[in-house]
Amino acid sequence: MTRAGSLARSLVVPVSALLLFEVWFHATGRISDTLAPPSAAAAAWLVALADGSLMRATAETFGAMILGLAIGAGLGLLAGLAVGFSRRANSFSFLAIEMLRPIPSVALLPLALMIFGFGYKMEVFVVAFACFWPFLILSQNAVRQVEPRLIEVARMLRFGPVDTAAKIVLPAAAPRLLTAFRLATGIALVVAVTCEIASNPQGLGHALMLSQETLRPARMFAFLLWVGLIGWGLNTALIALERWLFSHRGDVDTSVAT
Amino acid sequence: MNGRLSVMARGLTGVALVGLIWHAVTAYGLVPRAFLPSPQTTWNALVRGLTVGTMGDQMLGTVLRMLQGWLLASLIGIALGSLIGISPLARAYLRPTLGFLRALPASATIPVAIALVGLSPSMVLGVIAFGALWPTLLATVQGFALVEPRLVEVSRALRLSRLDFVWKIGLPNAVPDILTGMRLSLTVSLILAVIGEMLAAQEGLGRLILLAARSFRAPDLYAGIILLGVIGAVSSYALLLVERRIVRWK
Repeated sequence: MTRAGSLARSLVVPVSALLLFEVWFHATGRISDTLAPPSAAAAAWLVALADGSLMRATAETFGAMILGLAIGAGLGLLAGLAVGFSRRANSFSFLAIEMLRPIPSVALLPLALMIFGFGYKMEVFVVAFACFWPFLILSQNAVRQVEPRLIEVARMLRFGPVDTAAKIVLPAAAPRLLTAFRLATGIALVVAVTCEIASNPQGLGHALMLSQETLRPARMFAFLLWVGLIGWGLNTALIALERWLFSHRGDVDTSVAT
Repeated sequence: MNGRLSVMARGLTGVALVGLIWHAVTAYGLVPRAFLPSPQTTWNALVRGLTVGTMGDQMLGTVLRMLQGWLLASLIGIALGSLIGISPLARAYLRPTLGFLRALPASATIPVAIALVGLSPSMVLGVIAFGALWPTLLATVQGFALVEPRLVEVSRALRLSRLDFVWKIGLPNAVPDILTGMRLSLTVSLILAVIGEMLAAQEGLGRLILLAARSFRAPDLYAGIILLGVIGAVSSYALLLVERRIVRWK
């Protein structure tokens, strides 16, 4: 199957669904506070783009998302390396990790709100918490799956833990870590938008909520589709990056979210 | 046996250590009491909430909401997934769209659901079912796509009807994938149940922790967070056990 052919095939369903909705909306001649046809949503998207509100909201969401991701993934990676490397660290921490990990990240939303109030801090806190656990688990697994002979080599060369991590383990685990990063990015976007929908008055989630509350369905659908496009685009771009960087190694795992 | 015991002992030591640090942090006042109550106060709030207060009922409300939405999502996901899964043509045309819908943050559909249905229990249920649908649906499609080609040939030779193919070959083959998808769906259901309770003011732990935070009742807030963690841990562990049993049986 050619590339253009598969692109065309993947567009058939969404495009015809949008067209059907458009036709149905005009055929029934309704004026609605809750629904808007795709053409109106497209117009509202252009208006939001022109007046800068779209880019401002996007930048706010991305800011919180990237900062939270950096903190959560960074700490998760360090913790994952520690418990992946050391059997002792793992045996003492596994139960505590299994008790803390299942806490749904949104449960920390009221806590973050109480401590930090509205703004970036609370959102970054919740995003970081949400990204920390999957990164801990995935980087721990990545370390465990490093070829044992490579670790022996590091021992032979009398590498300290820092050198072993930097020169042997991280390069060997890089493909799996990038997959972990892609999953964590998806989680970060979802959690950031969720914070904004539930309480934090900034970013794309808040723009969506506000559009609904002020009865502007066209704008609401424009932001909804935009959020969807961002999520899909990030995932697709990171999969492409994985393929491009590691395809020669033949161990890219894209089964997780394709 | 001895080895396992010492593993558990070390694990418990680690947990006790976390508790000790928590206690020390609050005892020395490193973090304001208003933000982090002591383990003792939190425990008291938990016990009081469960015995005298309504915390048990609220927990039950959240669990039921989560399970209802999850069951709805699982049924729809498996049914739609089988429909799409048996046809290679439908798979080719629909997978990209499904991938897009799956990447859409489920909570972003809440404003749309509020606009369409209003702030009601059915709105929350609808959002949970919609958001939790995708992992199970995509896993079912995946499971059908990976059916051994020779089995497909056998079913053709036997002239099995489509329905028979789904029941006798497709679904049994897809069970491990479906269960993994359902476990992911359950996690999503809990998250959306909590958000739904916060936004639509429905009975449940979501609303309980929001109200506790607003009135600066930190012990109740932490008790609610702990209970949500328990729900998350118990539900995903139970499904993991089911998954292991069934996969071993296969």
